[in-house]
Amino acid sequence: MTQVLTADAQATSRRPRSGGPVPGSARDRWSRRGPLLPALIFAIVVTQVPFLVTLYLSTQGWNALRPGERRFVGLDNYGTVLTDGRLRAALVNTVVLTASAVLLSVLLGLGLAILLDRKFPGRGIVRTLLITPFLVMPMAAALLWKHAIYNPAYGLVNGVLGGETDWVSQYPMTAVVAALVWQWTPFMMLIILAGLQAQSTETLEAARVDGAGPGQTFTRITLPHLRPYLELGALLGSIYLVQTFDAVFTITQGGPGTATTNLPYEIYLTTFRKFEYGEAAAAGVVVVIATMVVATFALRVLSGLFRMEESSR
Amino acid sequence: MVWTSAAWLAGLVFFLPVLWMVLTGFKREVDAASNPPSWLFSPTLDGYRQVFDRDIVPYLLNSLMASGFATILVLLLAMPAAYALSLRPVEKWRDVLFFFISTKMLPAVAALLPIYLVVQQLGMLDNIWTMVLLYTAMNLPLAIWMMRSFLLEVPREVIEAAAMDGAGLLTTIRRVILPMVSPGVAATALICFIFSWNEFFFAVNLTATRAGTAPIFLVGFISSEGLFLARLCAAATLVSLPVVLAGWLAQNKLVRGLSMGAVK
Repeated sequence: MTQVLTADAQATSRRPRSGGPVPGSARDRWSRRGPLLPALIFAIVVTQVPFLVTLYLSTQGWNALRPGERRFVGLDNYGTVLTDGRLRAALVNTVVLTASAVLLSVLLGLGLAILLDRKFPGRGIVRTLLITPFLVMPMAAALLWKHAIYNPAYGLVNGVLGGETDWVSQYPMTAVVAALVWQWTPFMMLIILAGLQAQSTETLEAARVDGAGPGQTFTRITLPHLRPYLELGALLGSIYLVQTFDAVFTITQGGPGTATTNLPYEIYLTTFRKFEYGEAAAAGVVVVIATMVVATFALRVLSGLFRMEESSR
Repeated sequence: MVWTSAAWLAGLVFFLPVLWMVLTGFKREVDAASNPPSWLFSPTLDGYRQVFDRDIVPYLLNSLMASGFATILVLLLAMPAAYALSLRPVEKWRDVLFFFISTKMLPAVAALLPIYLVVQQLGMLDNIWTMVLLYTAMNLPLAIWMMRSFLLEVPREVIEAAAMDGAGLLTTIRRVILPMVSPGVAATALICFIFSWNEFFFAVNLTATRAGTAPIFLVGFISSEGLFLARLCAAATLVSLPVVLAGWLAQNKLVRGLSMGAVK
């Protein structure tokens, strides 16, 4: 389809235009690039340059509390980062938090999307109710969960279930993950619902005529059709959830101990509480490398959808 | 019937915490902290009154400015870029498109320290324009992808017909393309506004009292000592309200924006 598209573009530009630039000339190329440049330059300056600076800072032994002692230490900070118990705990917590929140919200989102895929009285209202958690400001949501829902004395959970469990200190990771799943399930539901509604009714009809039961139709036709949507949801969710900060900062402050300290929160502590700039930078680079692994998969999924989009045009 | 009830039940369960937040915001502190939680109470505006007494207004204005200007700047940068990546594409448009989205995958923590140091050197800590620039960078890739997918929906025949009628490039853009994509522009603007309005990580590290945004106002409620639940819920409801209302109104457009235009 790329070829078709390019051929199409060439066909358009080959058509003579009064006073227009000669097709394929340098002027034509620059008139195409012109509108792109401001955005491109802005993105490079604001996102790529800081990362290069982070790379440089990661080679510095630099505690901001001792400004005179800044020096080049090579890869020492990486050694510290990779052997430091706190950071290793943070890495494990990040993986646990991200993986469980993504997995649970995708599964719940799938269930809800299936429920909402049929017409029923009040469907619009139910959908509106369901997407609301995603729209609540994350910081407000984190406070709401910490104080109004998990509070041992007057929180909603104990109010409904009874008992005096202190959810945040007894089950800190579960508490954070539950709040995140509540907030992210609507996002997954919206994407999966879009996938369900893009399904061709003819195929489903044909399957029914051929005698496939609802279960068979679901596993053999619907699930394979939904796969790219599920992948997209999971990957976008991972990219956002790996950076979880508001919920950890607010609900548990990373505790008790380091039970819920994830990498963004640990790097925040290293930078703004311990002022170890060099170590914080090295930890940041490690996070980028880990994210790149996930991102490679993300880009693959996106280009898959991209091809779908183009071949359907 | 079973499925309909299940759907309604799920909707109510997910909405319950939000309902609880709104209700608690209208309680007196005694009712808010009652054990067991009270469903019946006489509503009061005390919580809201105290939130305004504690000067939430400057924070809301900061949020409005940071999010509003960032959204305008994003659109100004993203619309031409999306045009250059869709209707009259540059060479290697695919690579450029992927470059933009890859910047979204760079974790903010990895860029925070140099940004902090540069901003500090420039004397621009606790400055609203710093936030405008950061939020612009944060939303730009998303906006370009979204705008591109809307531009691709403009039928080629319409554009060609305009050219046949002798319309120049700029006239075609202004008279034909822009009117057709204006709902898409609105959706893009909305998504950018939502993400900027809700942003916390950069705000907490780069702003304080002068340029603090709405989520920063909430930081004061984190410690449980001296906690006032009704006031907290009133504040949380207030800062969430604009985005919740906007999201309800534009829910059909949300999907596409959130999935970066990859899913329609």
